[in-house]
Amino acid sequence: MWEYTETVMDHYKNPRNVGEMENPSAIGEAGSLVCGDALKLFLKVDEKGVITDAKFQTFGCGSAVASSSILTEMLKGKTIEEAQKITNQDIADALGGLPPEKMHCSVMGHEALESAIANYKGEDCDTHCDEKIICKCYHVTENTLREAVEQNNLSDLEDVMNYTKAGGACGQCHVAVQKIIDELKNKKEKVDIKNMSITQLVLKINNVIEKYISNELRKDGGDIELIDVKENKVYVTLKGMCKSCKFSSNTLKNFVEASLKEHISPDIEVVEV
Amino acid sequence: MENRVVYLDNNATTMVDPLVFEEMKPYFCDLYGNPSSMHEFGGHVMKAVNKAREQVKEFLGAKDAKEIIFTASGSEGDNMAIRGVLEANKNKKHIITTKIEHPAVLNVYKYLEKQGYEVTYLDVDSQGNLDLNQLSESITEDTALVSIMYANNETGVILPVEKAAKIVKQKNPKIKFHTDAVQAAGKIPFDVKNTEIDLMTIAGHKIHAPKGIGALYVKTGTLLPAFVIGGHQERGKRAGTENVPYIVGLGKACELAQKSMEFELNEVKRLRDKLENGILKTIYNAKINGSTTNRVPNTTNIGFQYIEGELILLHLSDLGICASSGSACTSGSLEPSHVLKSMGVPFESLHGSIRFSLSRFTTEEEIDYTLKVLPEVIFKLNNISPYQRELKALKEKC
Repeated sequence: MWEYTETVMDHYKNPRNVGEMENPSAIGEAGSLVCGDALKLFLKVDEKGVITDAKFQTFGCGSAVASSSILTEMLKGKTIEEAQKITNQDIADALGGLPPEKMHCSVMGHEALESAIANYKGEDCDTHCDEKIICKCYHVTENTLREAVEQNNLSDLEDVMNYTKAGGACGQCHVAVQKIIDELKNKKEKVDIKNMSITQLVLKINNVIEKYISNELRKDGGDIELIDVKENKVYVTLKGMCKSCKFSSNTLKNFVEASLKEHISPDIEVVEV
Repeated sequence: MENRVVYLDNNATTMVDPLVFEEMKPYFCDLYGNPSSMHEFGGHVMKAVNKAREQVKEFLGAKDAKEIIFTASGSEGDNMAIRGVLEANKNKKHIITTKIEHPAVLNVYKYLEKQGYEVTYLDVDSQGNLDLNQLSESITEDTALVSIMYANNETGVILPVEKAAKIVKQKNPKIKFHTDAVQAAGKIPFDVKNTEIDLMTIAGHKIHAPKGIGALYVKTGTLLPAFVIGGHQERGKRAGTENVPYIVGLGKACELAQKSMEFELNEVKRLRDKLENGILKTIYNAKINGSTTNRVPNTTNIGFQYIEGELILLHLSDLGICASSGSACTSGSLEPSHVLKSMGVPFESLHGSIRFSLSRFTTEEEIDYTLKVLPEVIFKLNNISPYQRELKALKEKC
């Protein structure tokens, strides 16, 4: 059994604001029958842009119903601008947390909200329309994936699966999903470098050396040692077989520097001492 | 009806029969000797183990008690059989099984595929039945093992394993035939000596023995290497001091299961049918998954269209009713049931499929209570569904 919070249980046992709404100002939809999760959100918005009523219909598990139910509660009284700021994490937090495997329920709530707001603003088609679908089993689009990874700081496939369901069925999209995770991770790490303390940067460099560089060099009987870091300059010395190798300058530029550039920042320059 | 438990999840596990528990008790603090010891104190215990082996033999309809190996679980029996046969036939690299096996078997094949084995997964039709022609056509020179479950754990559908074993042996008597009979045991009678089955797995906790004990039937003449290397126990195939109290419990459970077979086939079936018919009569968006003519007597799998299984289970649980979801959502996987998917169950009922499984301890009152409260739960959940138009159409069709 899942470890649901009291709030989650309260909301699936006694869901608030269930049902269809007559003459809604906006309708938002997320998920599908195929996924095993689907949510329809109805909003009534007054002339000042304040949400005066919210209702929902959900096909899904306990936490899906709870996420929908609490979302309708959260929305009432908010302006559309305020509602737009609600994230999936806010929904999960309002429930006192969700099991990691069920985070996708809060993501679905957020998607339905986005879709309803788009509908309110008269955007013919919500942001997901002509987008690339990455996970065909659960119809998860590239945008949804990127958003989930960025907003929730997801670092591996399993987390992404828990948050978005992507990759949870046939597994064919695992490579594509991993690519997105890696790309965003790299991007994030690269952006951060300028604001990094020297200790942070050294740790990061050491990490890349350990993970991507040392092992490769050791295969050829060599190794590398980090000597110093000054601003964007990384001072290293090659050891073992690499030291006497006539291709060492090549190794340094095309492998060591290239790896550090790829994983940390394109500004990095490697100097041999 | 307050605080009661109506246990309709007997395919997951069963209550230990109090008579089984009574039989086990002396072997903890009083008769604790090692069956292999030379003294009489151990000798007594050896007799108890021998008696249990005899009881299991009788239950399975085996020829000789030597054909019974005690294991710790159904999964262990399956592993021992499958991996043992392959180890004993190292030059053959092909296995045939079905798409609807239990994960205890399917995951072994996934592992073996990585080791270079080729696995053919046989299809089932919409009723959950096997196509024996496909089996026949799948057999090759390279086939070492065919493994087909006796009855499916989710739908209760019985597979034609005896016929399948015959087909396999006609094609090539050297191919070994294994059946995971965990879900068939205690629900339909066995007479394994008059079949061409070489290996058969059962698990104690599905037949009112405790968890942590099972047995593997190994037909005389079937080569199987040691699964646990060590002492001479279980004819050297599974070393380790015997789990005496549990072995005694399994023996007793087998004896009781055999004695209750008539009851199972008539009374348990009557209650299952009452539950099933009652649900179909009162709930318009309910549909049976799988064949109803060829099923173990205790199981029904019902798809509630346009609502989701976990939600149904949570609401039933609040009312004290324990059932299980066909959708594996509840077991931590996001994927819906591989069994129902293989049968082509449509999405509108795939995610809302619930398995009710009875036992000889299920009472008429429990079934009546379930029939009383279940429709209220389903109709409440129908109201939450976004598929109101579809539900309305179903209702009108009724």
